[in-house]
Order: sequence, then C-alpha cells, then structure tokens
Amino acid sequence: MKTSVTRRSLLAGLGGALAGLMTNSLAQTAKAAVKTVFVRTNAPRGYDPSKHKWLMCFDVDRCIGCGLCVEACKTENHVPQGPSYFRTWIERYIIKRPKPGSGSARGEVIVDSPNGGRDGFPPTLVPREDILKSFFVPKLCNLCEHSPCVQVCPVGATFDTPDGAVLVDPHYCIGCGFCIQACPYGCRFLNPETKTAEKCTLCYHRITRGKKPACVEICPTEARIFGDLKNPVENDPIQRFINQNKVNTLKPHLGTEPRVLYANLDKEVR
Amino acid sequence: MATEITNVVIETLPRFEGYVYPNEAGTHPLWGFLIVLYPYITGLVAGAFIMASLVRVFRVKPLEPVYRLSLLTALAFMLCATLPLLFHLGHPERSYQIMITPHLTSPMAIFGFVYAWYLMAVLLLELWFDFREDFVRWSQTATGIRGIIYRAFTLGVTDVTPPAVALDAKLGWIISIVGIPSAFLLHGYVGFIFGSIKANPWWGNVLMPIIFILSAMVSGIALCVFNYMFLSWVRRRQVNMPCLDMMGMFLFYALVIDATVESLDLIHRAYSAEEGFHVMEYMTQQKLFYTFTIGQGLLGTLIPLLLLGTLQLVRKHIAELNRKRMYFASAMLILIGVFAMRWNVVMGGQFFSKSLRGVMSYKLEFAGAEGWFMGMILLSLPFIILTVLIKLFLNERFPATGELSLSAKSPAVEI
Repeated sequence: MKTSVTRRSLLAGLGGALAGLMTNSLAQTAKAAVKTVFVRTNAPRGYDPSKHKWLMCFDVDRCIGCGLCVEACKTENHVPQGPSYFRTWIERYIIKRPKPGSGSARGEVIVDSPNGGRDGFPPTLVPREDILKSFFVPKLCNLCEHSPCVQVCPVGATFDTPDGAVLVDPHYCIGCGFCIQACPYGCRFLNPETKTAEKCTLCYHRITRGKKPACVEICPTEARIFGDLKNPVENDPIQRFINQNKVNTLKPHLGTEPRVLYANLDKEVR
Repeated sequence: MATEITNVVIETLPRFEGYVYPNEAGTHPLWGFLIVLYPYITGLVAGAFIMASLVRVFRVKPLEPVYRLSLLTALAFMLCATLPLLFHLGHPERSYQIMITPHLTSPMAIFGFVYAWYLMAVLLLELWFDFREDFVRWSQTATGIRGIIYRAFTLGVTDVTPPAVALDAKLGWIISIVGIPSAFLLHGYVGFIFGSIKANPWWGNVLMPIIFILSAMVSGIALCVFNYMFLSWVRRRQVNMPCLDMMGMFLFYALVIDATVESLDLIHRAYSAEEGFHVMEYMTQQKLFYTFTIGQGLLGTLIPLLLLGTLQLVRKHIAELNRKRMYFASAMLILIGVFAMRWNVVMGGQFFSKSLRGVMSYKLEFAGAEGWFMGMILLSLPFIILTVLIKLFLNERFPATGELSLSAKSPAVEI
C-alpha cells in the first residue's frame, strides 16, 4: 500500500508549524508592546508619567566627596553591600602638576573611587605640592535619549519611561548582562541576589510621590540638582542651573545623547 | 606576564591597574568562559556547513568523502551552540521569553530566530533530504532500536522511486543554496552581537561580523580535517588523499583571507588610534600577550599559513605520511588559534575598563559555572553527540547510496 504521507503534505505540515510559531511570536510581541504602555512600575495609582519629565544635573564644583549620596542610595534602594554594586558613585580626580620642563599643560591624572566613595575619600598619597587640581565627580545613570542598554535588551525588560527614567523589570529580566556590556558609563550591574540587571531608577518610587531622589535629598552642598522639566516651580533649580552654567555631557561622541548634564566638567572625566 | 600564566591555573584575586568603574570591579568578568565557547561552537557549525556546501553547491568532487561528516559535524555542534548561553543566564528559566516576546532592536533576540531558522529550516531539512533514501533502505535491514530510529526518521515518506529520489536531491540542493547565506548570517550575527556594542572600543567595529564569518570558515574546515583524519584512524582506514589535499587547499585560502582581514582590522585600529587605543595596545602587549600574539597570531595563523602554504607549493615532493602530519598539525593549530581569537574578543573586551583608565587581570577558575572544567564538558558534548550520529548515520555496516557517494568504489574510507 502506498503511504499517505508525502513530502508535500509533510512540508505543508512543517510550514504550518513554523507559521504557527511565528504568529505566536508576533502576538506575544504585540502583547509585550501593550505591556510597555501599561507597564508595572512602583509608581502610585493615578500617577501619569506623560505629565512629567524628570532630570538630574550635577555641579562638579560643588561636590565635596562626602559619600552621603552613595550611602543614601544603598539604603533607600536596598542595593547589595559589596564594593562593586552601585547605582550612584563618586570619582575623585587628581591632576598632577606637569614635570618642570616637560612642556605639558598638566601632569598625570589619577582617578579613584574607593568603595564607590561611600565612606568618603582617604587622604591621597600624592604630595600636596604635586597636585595641580583635584575634584569630585558624582555619577549615575545618564538617562540617555538613545539608550544603548534599552536597545540591546533581548526581551525588553529594560525600558524608557515617558517621564524620563530608564527602568528594569526584575520579574522579566533574564540576566544575560547584555545591557551591562552596552552601557558606556558603567552604570549597571548584575544584582548577585536577584541575578537581574539593576541600575539607578531616579528613586522612581519617591519621585512619583512628589519627593526627591534619596541622593538629592541628602546632598549637603546641592551638587545634585533635580527637577521636573514639564512642571517648573517658582525659581526652578533645574532651569536656573541650565541658564547659569555652561553644561556638558559624558562621552558625547557615542551619540547616546545623555540627558544628565554636568557643569564645570573637566576633559579628563569619562 | 608570568602572573598571567599562573592566573590560568591558580585562583587569585582579580587585580586592577589604574581606574575601573566600581560596577566593573567585580570578582569575575560579567561574560566568562561560557561566552567564549558560544561564538567558538557557532563558528564551527557555520564553517562545517560551508565545507559541506562546497560539495553540494560548488560540486567540488574530491570532497565528497567528507560531505556527510561535515553536515553531521555541523548538526552536532549546532545542537550545543546555545547551551553556554543558557547556562550563563541569571534566569535560564526565563530564556523562552527571547523567543516569545523578542525585543526586536536587540541583536541577541534576533539571534534566537536566526538560530531556529538555521537549525530547523536549513540543517535538519537538508540532512533529511540527503538521508531519506538511506533511511528507507536501512530500515528494511536494521532491527531493534536502530531499525525503529531509521523508520522514525523516514517520517513516513518511504517512496524511493527514482523520481522521488531525484526530487530529494533537487530540494536538498535548493536548501544548500539557501543555507550558505544562512550560515553566513548565523555567524555574522554572532559577530554583530559584539560588533554592535559601541560602548566597548574593542568590540564596536564594523569588521567584526566579517572577521567572525571568515574565522568560522577557517575553524569549520579545520574541524572537518580533524574529524575526518581522526575517524579514519579510529576505523583503521586509509585517508583519501585527494580529498585531504583539497580540504588543505580550501583551508589555506580561507586562512589567507581571514588573516588578511584580521590584519587589516589591526592596522586600521593602530593607524587611526582612536580613543582608547593606548589601553588596548597595553592590553594586547600585557594581558593578552599569550593568547593574542602567541595563540592567535603565531600558533593559529603564521605557522599554519607556512605549513599549508608549503603544501600548496611543493605538495608533490612531500611524502604522504608527512603531508598527513602537516595537515593534522595545521588543523589542530588553527582550532587552537580560533579558540584563542574568541577568547581575545570576549575576554579582551572585558579586560579594560570602559573608563579607558584601567585594566584588570583574570584568572580562569577550575570549578563553577564559568570555570574551565564546565567549559571542557560543554566543549566535549558536541563530540559525544557526533559520535552517536556517526554510529547511526555513517555506519560502515549501513553504507550510503545516492549520487553523492560516487567514489564508493575507491579503496579509501567512505565517510
């Protein structure tokens, strides 16, 4: 008896199965797209992200490297305690005097960030008379306009919110680490407990309730300036900051267009 | 430099020179040994498939004895290609999300589909069309489990009349033609996963996919040389010398092109000397000296080029045994060299800080998910699968038929 299964029917079956798989994928993608609109964040009920645009800026000259912001961030957001998990950190730059007769404008640049600057900074080993200048630079997520981290996430677990934050859904992240590799600023890390990617959320749970991020709240010198571009208050600090300073971003050549602005940034800062 | 060697065998704390971002200063690089294996294995798949296409599409007759072996090699490695990725995930149980809710701007998400396409629509289909007639014939004589397997693999299509067989061959040929760009896509895509990361000057490079494709071809052909010679030795059969010479020729030319493009990449980097070049220069001279200069450059490229080049020029004057030794040595060296290349890409990109102010040392551990013991298990897995596949489908008691085994009458081993 001739078999009833032919190549034609078999191929049709295989093709059908493949088409089914693709359709399912498309349907799920559409579902995921809808989900990103009504995504779960820890914002309170009734908060409308389209009515805000949050931004953080830094005045480098104001930072004294006390490390309170790092401490506050770790406490507020339950950031793992280890020395390589930071949502925000402080770098110390020490630029040495050039060697006499070297013809250079400035000497060696020494950068450090012991424990992310959390415990402040110990006295440097560089003799005082060798130091040309020294300053502190606070760092956090640069809130890129074109975030490479969001672009590369294979499942869309990390996303831009309409109000300007870049968040990670820890229940969705698969922990591949691609976003961490793609962030040019070293702002992300893999949480050793949850095994998912983690980063600064601008304290999303606080700002959506009318509070400032923990690091801004605690900064004693107002080196961190925070505000809502869509709802300027009277004598708005962020507008004043942008009006009064010549501002710069980190690694502008990469085309990520960071929204975080720095005033008084030295060329050595990357 | 001595510390780098000891670091390979002895677990030491990571060392940092200069400044690295605090989040980069973990005890391990984020992507470890497993992620080195992933492009290596995928490259072997693509290379072995292209090797097989030389017979199928380009009708390189002398290579017929290794046609089926190359395809089975591709399949064995393909089945293991995503395992290292899966094991390194923080949440492997969520990996299915890549397929059902892919984020379409992510190279990693699209890779899932490229992989599925290649495995299901190219490799398995082509193998089935190639083997179907044999499955039908073998299932008539084989008994027991083997018989059940052969019968199952016919998928119920038992028509072996000449028109049906001719149709098989034609469809197989079409799939082969589709398969060549697919194989390029598969491994070019792996290169793109690294090449698209602009945050990392060691990776972010438009030549990366091309380099990956070329090195994949080189490593795949080398693997087929190794597998063919090893299998012949196990079966105590004569190696088909015209076939081996032809493989050596293709290996040589692929290596020449690969070495040229990789050198172009290096020269371009050194000449343009963009931001971060100084730290990468330091890295290749210090942290990657053994794997880059010695492994990739000397062992993996220069020596095989010399050996294979000599064989191209004066093959007739070299005794058969010595030729075999030279081919075998070249294949082994190339396999090591391409592995070193994958290591240099994946680990090298993590040996320097994205602040471009510091470098870190790395110690490959023995134990753990990213240790080299686990890596060796994963790397031996495709060989184990290949052994099973060979026992099933390249069994000497069940010889192949069909137009692809015309040289069956030759005294040399028919694989």
